[in-house]
Amino acid sequence: MDRDNRVCVMGEDVGHYGGSYKVTRGLADKFGDLRVLDTPIAENAFTGMGIGAAMTGLRPIVEGMNMGFLLLAFNQISNNCGMLHYTSGGQFTIPIVIRGPGGVGRQLGAEHSQRLESYFQSIPGIQMVACSTPYNAKGLMKAAIRSENPVILFEHVLLYNLKERIPDEEYICNLEEAEMVRPGEHITILTYSRMRYHVMQAAKTLVNKGYDPEVIDIRSLKPFDLHTIGNSVKKTHRVLIVEECMRTGGIGASLTAAINENFIDYLDAPIMCLSSQDVPTPYAGTLEEFTIVQPAQIVTAVEQLCQ
Amino acid sequence: MALSHLSSTRSNRFLRPLAAAAAAAAASSLCRPISTSTEPLVIETSIPFTPHKCEPPSRSVETNPQELLTFFRDMATMRRMEIAADSLYKAKLIRGFCHLYDGQEAVCVGMEASINKKDCIITAYRDHCTFLGRGGTLLEIFSELMGRQGGCSKGKGGSMHFYKKESGFYGGHGIVGAQVPLGCGLAFAQKYNKDENVTFALYGDGAANQGQLFEALNISALWDLPIILVCENNHYGMGTAEWRAAKSPSYYKRGDYVPGLKVDGMDVLAVKQACKFAKEHVLKNGPIILEMDTYRYHGHSMSDPGSTYRTRDEISGVRQERDPIERVRKLVLGHDLATEKELKDIEKEIRKEVDEAIAKAKESPMPEPSELFTNVYVKGFGTESFGADRKELRATLP
Repeated sequence: MDRDNRVCVMGEDVGHYGGSYKVTRGLADKFGDLRVLDTPIAENAFTGMGIGAAMTGLRPIVEGMNMGFLLLAFNQISNNCGMLHYTSGGQFTIPIVIRGPGGVGRQLGAEHSQRLESYFQSIPGIQMVACSTPYNAKGLMKAAIRSENPVILFEHVLLYNLKERIPDEEYICNLEEAEMVRPGEHITILTYSRMRYHVMQAAKTLVNKGYDPEVIDIRSLKPFDLHTIGNSVKKTHRVLIVEECMRTGGIGASLTAAINENFIDYLDAPIMCLSSQDVPTPYAGTLEEFTIVQPAQIVTAVEQLCQ
Repeated sequence: MALSHLSSTRSNRFLRPLAAAAAAAAASSLCRPISTSTEPLVIETSIPFTPHKCEPPSRSVETNPQELLTFFRDMATMRRMEIAADSLYKAKLIRGFCHLYDGQEAVCVGMEASINKKDCIITAYRDHCTFLGRGGTLLEIFSELMGRQGGCSKGKGGSMHFYKKESGFYGGHGIVGAQVPLGCGLAFAQKYNKDENVTFALYGDGAANQGQLFEALNISALWDLPIILVCENNHYGMGTAEWRAAKSPSYYKRGDYVPGLKVDGMDVLAVKQACKFAKEHVLKNGPIILEMDTYRYHGHSMSDPGSTYRTRDEISGVRQERDPIERVRKLVLGHDLATEKELKDIEKEIRKEVDEAIAKAKESPMPEPSELFTNVYVKGFGTESFGADRKELRATLP
């Protein structure tokens, strides 16, 4: 926001309250009410407003207090945000960033634990990225703001408390690039967002058992970084996808299809995809744990695939 | 001296055999300004404005002969263009949806007369005439309608997606009501950049029942955005009459705390006055709602005959009593600003222009197959879309 005064933030309670997850804390004091806008609870309208402002050249960042609330703005995101560049024959660009926390938290209930990656992935014209560490959160956010395309940045409710030492200076992460978390030889594990941590936990166990998993955080959910993924598949010949998205029509499903289409000759085993169960997230803690993929399941899956 | 100049010009134009007769005619109608006069003329609007929580503007509108003749020409062009589009649709050169604006021309022409190109207009899918008013050309319109390369959106938008960024025309939107929050965004940007410009967000009586309108209105009023919401009330939301869709069809009052004005949308001078008033109001006081009482002769779109939910008598009644072009024609003839024949000549000229534009548009080629994939994303900072092996996805259609 310092670098470019066309950048502004809109969302519920982003200003004076500092953001429901404190993401925008301090910004209202520094930049004022016109650049950090507290909106009323009208997702459809303020997402539409963000898109309209972006059409004129401003670069708004629209925050959904919880990603699930953006379902109310689906029409604006799909029809206007994604399609205006195309239907206007290139006259308008929509340099908007739509961000917000999603994913399963700690017993937040079904409606506040949604993963919308799968719903948005078919919209033509938008890019989707998911950040997972403080380092890539800063880099991807900066890249998303500077991109001329509309970007949806998926954050995760449980990752806001992570602490990491990151460089003070400006750096940007490429929006379409996947991150190699742990190089390996035996199996490629593709993951994103919070599941990265479950995978790394499982990786410790797997290493003790003698396996050498290659872990890639795909980061870019649309489009997929098939270059990095492809090179990894060509090396290990086995793929496991671990995601928090729903099983039906999720990111894993699309990724499986994409890898099968392009790299079938390199696969020694069918691709396995571990996703969340196709149920609304229950409130009870134990049930909630069963909804998402746990490290133990990852270990079992790798053992199965590597037989 | 001026008189003799007049008479000789007259005789050239009208091929009057007797120069004397011409001179006499010119002498008797001495104050016969040829269309380009800018002498002010004050004309009363058909009915007074109905206000809601504001002081209405005066009924007396200042205009001049040149402006009136421009109104006539613009509206006649729009009328002719829409009728030509009707024929093209029936000839299957225009496909899909085609929503025609004939009958409502006064709204966009009157609006244009009171604003400049830095002000923004955003509307829904009945946008052909609004686009023309904002500086679009007939060729661009017909090319886009027929899906050709020469169209304003390169043939990729179609009837419902006309845009002209440099003249502040933001479309052209298919989903009913979705353009109003976008309009608030445009107004927000105008306030952010501290321009002294306003945004007109047009919607219909059907869209007036959308929730996002009220959301957007609340935000605009809260943040004092320079937006004017214009409800083009043609009394039918597709096939549903307004009294069957809205508990309160007084759309100008729907803003509650936001002031409103009801305007006779078939009177171009009333529209001009209202928009001028609205622009001044909004730059000081925040949003206002204008309800334009207008009428469309065609059905909702080309697939709707328009007579299953209203009588033919009603349509022809409005055409006889309230037609916007006829009103201006009567004003022009009544104030002696041009002859009947001159106006007919203008209409003939327009017909020719439209036919030429259609012929030229028919020659424009269809878009290249590779255009399927252009403009999905903007190329730039790290945003190329790659397939496997980082090679760009190129289409080779059979």
